[in-house]
Amino acid sequence: MTREGKNVLLVGVGGQGTILASKVLSEGLLSFGYDVKMSEIHGMAQRGGSVSTHVRYGERVFSPVISKGEVDILVAFEKMEALRWLPYISGDGMLIVNNQEIFPMPVILGQAEYPFQLEKTLSEAVSRCVVIEAAKEAEEIGDPRVMNMVLLGAVVKKLGLDEMSWEETLRTCVPQAAFQPNLLAFEKGMKLAE
Amino acid sequence: MKVILTGNEAVARGAWEAGCHVAAAYPGTPSTEILENVSTYREMYSEWSPNEKVALEVASGASMAGARAMCAMKHVGLNVAADPLFTMSYIGVNGGLVIVDADDPGLFSSQNEQDNRWYALHAKLPMLEPSDSQECLDFMKAAFDISEQFDTPVLLRLTTRICHSKGVVRTGERTERPVRAYNRNPAKNAMLPAFAKAKHYMVEKRLEEMRSFAESSPLNYIEMNEGAKIGVVANGVGFQYAMEALGDRASYLKIGFTWPFPRKLVREFAAKVETLWVVEENDPFMEQEIRAMGIPCSGKDVLPLVDELSQALVAKAVLGTEPGPGTETGIMPPNRPPLLCPGCPHRGLLFLLSGKKDVVVTGDIGCYGLGSMPPLNVGESTICMGAGFSAAIGFQKALEKAGKDRKVFGILGDSTFFHSGITGLIDAVVNKSRGVFVILDNRITAMTGQQHNPGTGVTLMGEETAALDIPKLCEACGVKSGNIHVVDPYDLKAAKKAVDLAMAADETTVIVTNRPCALIKDVQRARSDLFCTIDHEKCVVCGACLNLGCPAITKKDGRIVIDPVPCNSCGLCVQICPKQAISREGELHD
Repeated sequence: MTREGKNVLLVGVGGQGTILASKVLSEGLLSFGYDVKMSEIHGMAQRGGSVSTHVRYGERVFSPVISKGEVDILVAFEKMEALRWLPYISGDGMLIVNNQEIFPMPVILGQAEYPFQLEKTLSEAVSRCVVIEAAKEAEEIGDPRVMNMVLLGAVVKKLGLDEMSWEETLRTCVPQAAFQPNLLAFEKGMKLAE
Repeated sequence: MKVILTGNEAVARGAWEAGCHVAAAYPGTPSTEILENVSTYREMYSEWSPNEKVALEVASGASMAGARAMCAMKHVGLNVAADPLFTMSYIGVNGGLVIVDADDPGLFSSQNEQDNRWYALHAKLPMLEPSDSQECLDFMKAAFDISEQFDTPVLLRLTTRICHSKGVVRTGERTERPVRAYNRNPAKNAMLPAFAKAKHYMVEKRLEEMRSFAESSPLNYIEMNEGAKIGVVANGVGFQYAMEALGDRASYLKIGFTWPFPRKLVREFAAKVETLWVVEENDPFMEQEIRAMGIPCSGKDVLPLVDELSQALVAKAVLGTEPGPGTETGIMPPNRPPLLCPGCPHRGLLFLLSGKKDVVVTGDIGCYGLGSMPPLNVGESTICMGAGFSAAIGFQKALEKAGKDRKVFGILGDSTFFHSGITGLIDAVVNKSRGVFVILDNRITAMTGQQHNPGTGVTLMGEETAALDIPKLCEACGVKSGNIHVVDPYDLKAAKKAVDLAMAADETTVIVTNRPCALIKDVQRARSDLFCTIDHEKCVVCGACLNLGCPAITKKDGRIVIDPVPCNSCGLCVQICPKQAISREGELHD
């Protein structure tokens, strides 16, 4: 197993489940023997605002946050948030983006426009860009809330951490009744990222 | 055992391991989860106090009586608790007393960016500053020991990145300790002027004793790297940024015992390095000390005073290296400001006040602060907890002096009312304010994530208790019962009637809205299958519903769309649609 450290930045809109996805990722990394730090935002920003969660792991981690240009994998739960955080991706970094648009209030009110042909812009900017239909997959599983686990599955695959067993970690992090759909979503995400 | 914990979780664990008996707090980001986690350890009594002053006084009483006690609050909360803080410095402790303070560099969820290290200097108290979750646990235990050793309350200062970052922590077990014996001792505990003067001498002496203790404390340490010419003095998360940015290219003096500042240790370290850097967030607290000692150093001449630091900022300042090339497109996405949730019960009344030209609204700390953003644009001011009411009194008096006939609405929430709004209401009644005082009672402390308050009838430890009746409290404060209007904010007609009556009144008027927060679990469950739909045959896309600022309603490809998943059928859009194009669907669960 490689002990190489990585920086993973999960971004999205408050309420999309970025914090839970990051929690599962960090708990898993700890159980595989990595040093892990994770930084999340609580409070006012959570109310439908732009949110970010930083996960860093390796032999030894000092800073809990990732600076611009240091991200190995940017996981965007919403397309426009991918654009906002793009400057954080390192030169050879990767983008995993959920194909979902959530209009912010300035767009709803007609004061600003949602960026046009965003998918094209993103895939042109980042050569390693993976678009995931996480919302659609979650709906097929029958629970729109497990969208975050579809994306997490994809991240785990792309990080090369899919050889490890994530089932126990998942079981401890989600409510018992929600375990099956979460596991299904996670496995689906891993497949989609192959 | 090795676990992964946030700083807040580790502080709670540290209190438990240290044998703490009593803990009190008022919720405030980023400190809230400390007491939430303390309450999971049943060996400790824990409570949500109505405000931070009460929390510190509860902890102070417990300490005086011999228990190990703690309280926790956000940075501005310590302003509220400053009164007992300064005098508890004189009184000292019986059982150890630790005051956990959580600052918010970067203002993620606060009204200012004050640096509370100055409180240590000002109140002549020791201050410890952990740099990660492990240190949160370890320093909490050390803080109790220092408190009892030096007969002093101890300040443990965290910042948002320490509170809300997770790291690997080795945990231990609880050391059970009996509550110490209490003997009546007014000369120690009753700060009448004569006793207090004697105590002040003691405080100054204690400070000197603690200074020599800090010089040799393991919480401060030097880490020399061979060949490194740069020396860095750093505290808190700044230490992590420096380690990340500079690694073995620098030597370090890590400061965990911030006050009294270990001057000798700094002098010793400075003599070993060629250039000295001070890496600290916000104010030049350590830098000022070091410069006053006549030691040349760099710090805030290069590093920013405002906002958080980062490894990139430290690398740029110290090494001159630019951050690695990021990925740029040149396209700036629109902002995504936080919003009132779909179904938020605050929206109804705020909507009625939006666009009213003859009205001024003074706001407060809470979700309703989001009403000051477009499209509602309701709210002139946000100062601090309780000021929504008290500032309204002054605002109204000033408008009257200016001969302006505008009504002032002071707005705050249920928890804010109990915290410090009630004193403003008493002032309004006694001093004959013509203002309107609105309590948006959503039956929970919402912004910080659903904590109980004196109106909810449940304690932090999960026991049922008295639920204070807000309209009755207002009446007891002297508001005439005919001037207290209790309304359902989902019912715009009823709410408008109350607003109209308040506008016409010549006496202190109160409006209480009584809908629980849409995020309360029971409310979410009950309304989970309720939603609104739009009849596109009738809809003329006039955009009236968009003026509610509801995140569930969007305009996409020239049509108005209501997302049924976040929608909880509050029905405001149904009531304001001029074409009756929106209807309610689904069932309410029991």
